[in-house]
Amino acid sequence: MKIAKALFASAAFAALATPALAVDVTIGVLNDRSGLYADLAGEGSVVATRMAIEDFDAESKDINVEVLSADHQNKPDVGSNIARQWIDTESVDVIVDVPTSSVALAVNEVVREKDKIFLASGPATSDLTGKACSPNTIHWTYDTYSLANGTGKAMVQEGGDSWFFVTADYAFGHALERDTQAVVEEAGGKVLGNVRHPLSSSDFSSFLLQAQASGAKVIGLANAGGDTINSIKQAAEFGIVQAGQSLAGLLIFSTDVAALGLETAQGLVLTNAFFADRNEDTKAFAERFKERHGKNPTMVQAGVYSSVLHYLKGVEATGSDEASKVMEWMKANPSNDPIFGEASVRKDGRHMHDMYLLKVKSPDAAQGEEDYFELLATIPAEEAFRPIEDGECEMAKQ
Amino acid sequence: MFELIGIPPQALFGQLLLGLINGAFYAVLSLGLAVIFGLLNIINFTHGAQYMLGAFVAWMLLNYLGLGYWWALLLAPVIVGITGVILERTLIRRLYHLDHLYGLLLTFGLALIFTGVFKQLYGVSGLPYRAPELLSGGYNLGFMYLPNSRAFVILASVVVCFGTWFMIEKTKLGAYLRAATENPTLVSAFGINVPLLITLTYGFGVGLAAFAGVLAAPIYSVNPIMGENLIIVVFAVVVIGGMGSILGSILTGFGLGLVEGLTRVFYPEGSAVVVFVIMALVLLVKPAGLFGREI
Repeated sequence: MKIAKALFASAAFAALATPALAVDVTIGVLNDRSGLYADLAGEGSVVATRMAIEDFDAESKDINVEVLSADHQNKPDVGSNIARQWIDTESVDVIVDVPTSSVALAVNEVVREKDKIFLASGPATSDLTGKACSPNTIHWTYDTYSLANGTGKAMVQEGGDSWFFVTADYAFGHALERDTQAVVEEAGGKVLGNVRHPLSSSDFSSFLLQAQASGAKVIGLANAGGDTINSIKQAAEFGIVQAGQSLAGLLIFSTDVAALGLETAQGLVLTNAFFADRNEDTKAFAERFKERHGKNPTMVQAGVYSSVLHYLKGVEATGSDEASKVMEWMKANPSNDPIFGEASVRKDGRHMHDMYLLKVKSPDAAQGEEDYFELLATIPAEEAFRPIEDGECEMAKQ
Repeated sequence: MFELIGIPPQALFGQLLLGLINGAFYAVLSLGLAVIFGLLNIINFTHGAQYMLGAFVAWMLLNYLGLGYWWALLLAPVIVGITGVILERTLIRRLYHLDHLYGLLLTFGLALIFTGVFKQLYGVSGLPYRAPELLSGGYNLGFMYLPNSRAFVILASVVVCFGTWFMIEKTKLGAYLRAATENPTLVSAFGINVPLLITLTYGFGVGLAAFAGVLAAPIYSVNPIMGENLIIVVFAVVVIGGMGSILGSILTGFGLGLVEGLTRVFYPEGSAVVVFVIMALVLLVKPAGLFGREI
């Protein structure tokens, strides 16, 4: 009898001490690991994921986290196949990152169908919280609307009221061009034309020459990664900026600035969700990341960290890895981390945080190796992202 | 204003000139391929990676040794050419008596290895490489602003292409080379070291790829994937020109650059495929290519 009592007591005690049972979580980091977006996401996003797991101290909270990663090669069919396979055979609960809008839109549908979670840090298309919005997806770091709104509006306000677009010919480029055009026209500017180039081109001189011939005051670069680097480099070569036209890099990552060198990149105005020198927290995070990965995090990698951290908090609070429960918690509770500070997730899946209008420093002004940006303006979250009622998201209307 | 098929003539001339500059790259690269295929019968799929190596060696010379563009133009082809010689001596020469396919597979594998290693070491975003002082300005031609660095590309390519053609078609050394590929036993009976000749030819072809890489370094960003997209186009150029035809590769290189430039004006989205459409058409009508010999 005594033994039975003691057993019961110890069992009850054990149950009180650990109210939740251990949860097994598998995170799949899906991104470009070999192509033109591999530096801005790639292995760095895996490093960021692991840092989030360690900082959250998942192990001591009885959450067993496993991390998988794969290369989607910027191909929607490859990306959705991996996502499907991960969920079916590897029990993946959450897919993170997924740069390249076309791949992200495909993965968005797979995750919705399988009722898992997609934390999108890498892709830009604002359709993820617009007509393609899903109860299973949170668009975390930035989107085409916020980029357009930041850089586009700033350029028009400075007198750049006529635009010509050099656009990457796929989902992302089209979305970025569309959103920027809307901002430019709303601010009183007009768009004189556009030219669409194949993804991953090496020669942009023909496209730039057409942009030059249009006589537009601003040439909007609706492309990313290696394409943007080559566009800017060749625009400098053809003396386009010296001749009086301005370049608007609508999506520029810190890795792009590094590849261009400050000499070529100086003076570029851009919108970003993260830069290392913003405050002590971001600086400390960037330093820790650099120790492990060799270079400062891009906004995509920083966003991966932030999204995984908030997700794990959701798992801890709900004691479950069930998509609907965790998503509900993530939307109901503010996120808080060194990257964005306090922020929140909107009903349509948009993570709301401030964005930053930055200018690339001149080589003389830069102090240290990765000191690239000067802060021009902080764009408050409500202004930075598209109002929820304008997004054509069915889910948000209910 | 007078317009030609919807665009002003000024813009058209500009696009033609840009097409010619791209054509210059195609010409030098496809020339290297043609030399290697024509004389060694190896389909050198490593060519794109060797072009990338040329650009990287230029960057390394500048950043590690402080040697600028002009030195790179001279040294990078030699350095990369030597790596080509080593490859030929250790790996490629074992395949001469086998089917073409083996050479293609080996060189394709080597290309993947080179590209992979450089991706690991330097990332994919690329490294900045500035044009030297002399090439950094440009001239206003009236219809467009021509950067000196691009004008130099045309000049250097024409000189190199002509020099190579002259050496192979018009000199005694070239005659030995051509003879050695036709009948190596007979040529070695005359006391000529045929294996050495072949090794040096491969090294020379690789050097041409590296030369194009140095020309590209200040214009495009120096990155590990710079050769990947280009090499497919260049192979199409070689096929259209006629596999192994020296003159064919040079003329088709410049010609297809022009065609691609024009496509960028009239239908930019099609610029990535126009070369392959032409390749398909040419193969239908003339399977040996425009300048190739019927077998």
